[in-house]
Amino acid sequence: MSTTVPAADGPLTDDGLVQLLTPTGERVGHPEYDRWAADLDGDRLRAMYRDMVLTRRFDNEATSLQRQGELGLWAQSLGQEAAAVGSGHALRPQDHVFPSYREHGVAHVRGLEMTDLLRLFRGVDHGGWDPADHGFHLFTLVIGSHTLHATGYAMGVQRDGLVGTGDPARDTAVVAYFGDGATAQGDVSEALVFASVNQAPVVLFCQNNQFAISEPTTRQARVPLAARAPGFGIPSVRVDGNDVVASYAVTRQALERARSGGGPTFIEAYTYRMGAHTTSDDPTRYRTSEQEEYWRRRDPIERLRVHLERTGELPEVFQAQLAAESDAFGEHIRTTVRAMGHPSPHTMFDHVYATPNAVVDAERAWFTQYEQSFVDHDGRRTAGGHR
Amino acid sequence: MSVTSERARLTDLPPAPAPPPFPTGTQRLPMAKALNLGLRRALANDPRTLLMGEDIGRLGGVFRVTDGLFAEFGDDRVVDTPLAESGIVGTAIGLALRGYRPVCEIQFDGFVFPAFDQITTQLSRMHYRSQGRLRLPVVIRIPYGGGIGAIEHHSESPEALFAHTPGLRVVSPSTASDAFTMIQQAIASPDPVIFLEPKGRYWEKGDVDLDAPLPAPHGSPTDLDHARVVRPGTDVTVVAYGPTVATALKAAEAAAADGTSIEVVDLRTISPLDTATVAASVRRTGRCVVVHEAPVLYGTGGEVAARITEECFYHLQAPVLRVGGFHTPYPVAKIEHDYLPGLDRLLDAVDRTLAF
Repeated sequence: MSTTVPAADGPLTDDGLVQLLTPTGERVGHPEYDRWAADLDGDRLRAMYRDMVLTRRFDNEATSLQRQGELGLWAQSLGQEAAAVGSGHALRPQDHVFPSYREHGVAHVRGLEMTDLLRLFRGVDHGGWDPADHGFHLFTLVIGSHTLHATGYAMGVQRDGLVGTGDPARDTAVVAYFGDGATAQGDVSEALVFASVNQAPVVLFCQNNQFAISEPTTRQARVPLAARAPGFGIPSVRVDGNDVVASYAVTRQALERARSGGGPTFIEAYTYRMGAHTTSDDPTRYRTSEQEEYWRRRDPIERLRVHLERTGELPEVFQAQLAAESDAFGEHIRTTVRAMGHPSPHTMFDHVYATPNAVVDAERAWFTQYEQSFVDHDGRRTAGGHR
Repeated sequence: MSVTSERARLTDLPPAPAPPPFPTGTQRLPMAKALNLGLRRALANDPRTLLMGEDIGRLGGVFRVTDGLFAEFGDDRVVDTPLAESGIVGTAIGLALRGYRPVCEIQFDGFVFPAFDQITTQLSRMHYRSQGRLRLPVVIRIPYGGGIGAIEHHSESPEALFAHTPGLRVVSPSTASDAFTMIQQAIASPDPVIFLEPKGRYWEKGDVDLDAPLPAPHGSPTDLDHARVVRPGTDVTVVAYGPTVATALKAAEAAAADGTSIEVVDLRTISPLDTATVAASVRRTGRCVVVHEAPVLYGTGGEVAARITEECFYHLQAPVLRVGGFHTPYPVAKIEHDYLPGLDRLLDAVDRTLAF
């Protein structure tokens, strides 16, 4: 738990990070967090490894699809798989996630049909999954807005009496994921206020990937981001976000605090976005290849791979099966996205309101009639019917 | 830091006396009290309804609209929030996603803007972007309008900003009776509702039938969408809502003495606009004046005028005229009555339309 005054070089320091798996794949002890990772046997670690590999495959496929013109935009999660997968593994089915638009790893762990995430980026719909199915809310593109939704949702959980019952199947926590840039938004500060004064069962999980588009975290903060939360009365922790074991352990502790009635926790997962902010920007304009190389050596998947190999927990047959699964997954993503089709223009009038609305109904009727005016008596669209 | 296992509760004050029994029958009440009783009934009827806002608890709200509700329903149902409008609306969205029906109070119209982002980018469109999977039955109560001699940012008329946003319903009652009914309809609505309370009318009394069931003309207790002819007439239709309905009725009274018959339509709902009721009136009278406190430029009146022109062109004897505020920031209190559309400005417009 970090309550200390930050180091002089501000948020770029990696001092004081909780780490259980070093960049060279060594499992190291930690007096507070070891017990929260004690249940990670070979099977669990292999499951995390698989989830990270598949998340990266998904991300790479989506990036390629964007380059091929199949997606309008893509927000890569490359390099951030450990924070997402580790924290995701700490969740229980009844927990509810309010993600940023980069939490593909969490979505994967929660069991979403991953191609549904791409519907938004292809322009087929604004959010292609039911948040109730896996406790995974829609992506929110206005940075930080959803930290308040998560906090309010957690206040609802509290009112539902699903905190501190002692029943692991009932006690519920809420997680909001957001980036370092979001911490500069007023809504995130307001979320910290509301979470604190209500002791809401919410975990505020900041993925500090060190860039808000092109701006380094030092343009958002003069202190480590986790240092802010104690000022709101919220305990915080900085974790090595490229360490899936530590990400799991700190999140598990924070979730347990929330579920048991101990209130909110702020987690700063210190990581690095290896790709661009989105496929629209050019990271070579704002960072160096030396910096990228430094972080490439701290790759989250590679360090777990080395650890599993070293401990004899990564048999070749598993690797081969995973490679085949990953290839099939990639093929599924490509074919599914290309087959998504074109929504009917009439759907733009659907769901504006939950109850009938005279204005929308009239506009829908007009549009239908207008469209019909381009159809001839044989039901064919006439030449003048371009939109 | 210390982390308690329970939320901090306001238990340091003596308990409030037991609430009075819910009144019955038809009573003459000020609008603020009618709203209070409407909220009280909604809280009593549905344990998932809750109120949230600044100073709405023990103080009962700066206009006392929530007076006594904290004592009756407790701090889980009548929630004194931090002083953070975006936080109020943003957490209300989360509570609604969890199945609650939050009713947010924004203390004054000019303070809704910190929450404008949450209202327009989140609240208004989550139903749409989720393809109808998520519903946000959130009510945002905003005391609005002028005439009470307040200082800056305490008298604004932002209705057009919300009405221009798809996904929001925007309503404003003009009488105590409508206030009592419409606040309950707004809370029952599965859509987000911007509920604009004409603060200058809070203390105006009217008859309220406290036993009346919610009107359900289309089989739905949430049907809020109807304008109403509140005074029949034959020469000119005056369209008003909220605080200007009283002005319109006074104008009709004064004009009647001069032999002009004004029909007054109370829009009640700004979005969606009940064009049919207005158009039917204009087809009878042939003339129309729209009056509101907000600036005329790009205001509600422009939308009414355009729609009436489209629908009733061959019935119109004169162009639809608009009366409202000027394209200035809301002026200081000492001259606000020169800014607000009063009886004379409205009658002047009526005379101009009759002169065509």
